[in-house]
Amino acid sequence: MQISGAEILVRSLQEEGVEFVFGYPGGAVLEIYDAIFRQQQFKHVLVRHEQAAVHAADAYSRSSNKVGVALVTSGPGATNAVTGIATAYMDSIPMVVISGQVSTPAIGMDAFQEVDMVGITRPCVKHNFLVKDINELAATIKKAFYIAASGRPGPVVVDIPKDVTQRLAEFHYPESVSIRSYVPVTRGHPGQIKKAVNLLAEAKRPYIYVGGGAVQGNASAEVTELVKMLGVPCTNTLMGLGAYPGQDQQFLGMLGMHGTYEANMAMQYCDVLIAVGARFDDRVISVPSHFLSQPKKIVHIDVDPSSIAKRVKVDVPIVGDVKHVLRDMIDLFKQTGQQVPQQHLANWWKQIEEWRSYNSLLYTPSTEFIKPQYVVQKLYEITGGDAIITSDVGQHQMWAAQYYPFKRPKQWLNSGGLGTMGFGLPAAIGAQLANPDAQVACITGEGSIQMNIQELSTAKQYHTPVKVIALNNRYLGMVRQWQEFFYGTRYSESYMDALPDFVKIAEAYGHVGIKVENPADVEPVLREAFSPALKERLVFLDFRTDQSENVFPMIQNGKGLDQMDLPPHMRDLQIAPFENNRDYGNMC
Amino acid sequence: MRHILSILLENEAGALSRVVGLFSARAYNIDSLTVSTTEDPTLSRMTIVTHGSDEVIEQITKQLNKLIEVVKVIDLNESDHIEREMMLIKVRATGKDREEMKRMADIFRGRIIDVTEKTYTIELTGTSDKLNAFIEAIDRSVILETVRTGASGIGRGERILKI
Repeated sequence: MQISGAEILVRSLQEEGVEFVFGYPGGAVLEIYDAIFRQQQFKHVLVRHEQAAVHAADAYSRSSNKVGVALVTSGPGATNAVTGIATAYMDSIPMVVISGQVSTPAIGMDAFQEVDMVGITRPCVKHNFLVKDINELAATIKKAFYIAASGRPGPVVVDIPKDVTQRLAEFHYPESVSIRSYVPVTRGHPGQIKKAVNLLAEAKRPYIYVGGGAVQGNASAEVTELVKMLGVPCTNTLMGLGAYPGQDQQFLGMLGMHGTYEANMAMQYCDVLIAVGARFDDRVISVPSHFLSQPKKIVHIDVDPSSIAKRVKVDVPIVGDVKHVLRDMIDLFKQTGQQVPQQHLANWWKQIEEWRSYNSLLYTPSTEFIKPQYVVQKLYEITGGDAIITSDVGQHQMWAAQYYPFKRPKQWLNSGGLGTMGFGLPAAIGAQLANPDAQVACITGEGSIQMNIQELSTAKQYHTPVKVIALNNRYLGMVRQWQEFFYGTRYSESYMDALPDFVKIAEAYGHVGIKVENPADVEPVLREAFSPALKERLVFLDFRTDQSENVFPMIQNGKGLDQMDLPPHMRDLQIAPFENNRDYGNMC
Repeated sequence: MRHILSILLENEAGALSRVVGLFSARAYNIDSLTVSTTEDPTLSRMTIVTHGSDEVIEQITKQLNKLIEVVKVIDLNESDHIEREMMLIKVRATGKDREEMKRMADIFRGRIIDVTEKTYTIELTGTSDKLNAFIEAIDRSVILETVRTGASGIGRGERILKI
């Protein structure tokens, strides 16, 4: 029996086991929406802006093992989706975005709501398709899901002209897909794995550096097993948080521009570095030449060959699925009985403990002003460290990353690569739908939240009881911090004047809003927000925080990992520079 | 350093723009680019002449391989190869220049493929250097128009680029 292209699309999504489609209707996708109306298998989530549809689908994917799906109309619907697509691309999130297109005869005619979606998204997708022939529609959807989720994951756009959704054809969904030009590698080369193991077995100052690839590659168990087995220190990038448990003693915290002192110093002074699904980006290692000025052997494990030797030349590249490669390394260690030299390792730990003892995340408590760090710490306590946390971009994002030690992967959802303000709230909605029983909190600022605040309406419609933790300092905090440090405190356009009453906004959308101005109220209000009484409600907490608080440590542009701007309490300390073969005796 | 990349890719709409887009997005250089279908109509073969450090060429190769539609990429410079480019050059050929131009075309093993009272159009094939040499060898002022295909390359001997 012949069915319409729209029905073929819907059936294909059903075949892929799609639970939710996040979208917004419009002229070019009316046929598809009609087919959605006539089916029950998956649910459509109507957002209030297409960017939010894509962020919600993205976070649905980030917080589960499924591919997120977004559906937008042609023209402005498609262009609104672009920021969300680029966000997912930078963080390697598997996603399928379906965009409507004007009918094939109208393509290129500057038709109403026409835009070259395939052309616009080409640089920010893993792949994209324009489906001109209805007979290729089902196979294209199959390919899109396969490409999105395999290898280094990423978003795939499928642009479907309106007449293709209207034409009729037989439906046949392919059972398997094979693309001769696309064969992702899974297993690492055994010879390279052996070299990596041998390097570790001779290391004096080993260090494991874990990025988002370990989260996306479901390699958290393997990372943890390897680090535990070897007794070596471990750090996570912003995207890798949760891949190794944040409360563990062998975890040195996040590294990078706002990483802990010990995590960054260890990165600079290690002699054997194992990079797992990480990419040595500018926010992590800052200047490559300075990073490499301290000699070290680098093993780089990544599923994407182009990530290797992009910013930093490495000694042992291993192309493969991080989960498989780490498993092979663990097996080889067990098989050969090799281990990291214990005497050296003990010395290395003494050095690290010395660094750690300075407590670089210490901040000055206050009874007058609400410290943003304190809010995050209390949130951690009250949620038992189990909540799924989404964030927007800025100071609050860094404080969330620093003060909420994530226990497990896929618990921390943020736009690390593109740095997209407005990600947090729609992401929280997507994560809540993927994890209906989880506590979901969106740590945000008064700047970011206003970039997609209309999604409070979506949250109401779909009963997603997320908790919005707004760290409201009346400034675009990170911009203000840079202006304070580098632009002579000229706070150009970073003050948020004429702020709305967020409590009233929350209430207007049918939610609960609470303003918190006193530090003593932080804990009770958080407890209330997470209490059974408000379990089913979205609660918007407007914390009026200390306006002058800065994020420390901080690595300025052009500086090295060991040249951090330190928090006030560390500035007058006499910290001994790192020395090779230093005798630590019993000092720690 | 100058490199010649040979790329086998799916003969699909948009594949070419993906390759070109990659070069512009990552600020790589394209000195010349030629592309056409192969004996297998589902495949196109592209030759890109580019230049950059070894690290840049390595990244270009990896990024090209990452494109879904790219089947294979080889750097022809890694071993012996043959390179050819064709140029059509229209020159003013009057008076004593007319005989001189014929002689120069012969020396460079070019062929005169179109003749008018005042002009010759010469077809010239060779390495890009040879074509440059021809342009250098004749009087610049007589050149009316040139069109060049860009280099195509192929490995010497048994070395082949195939699926």
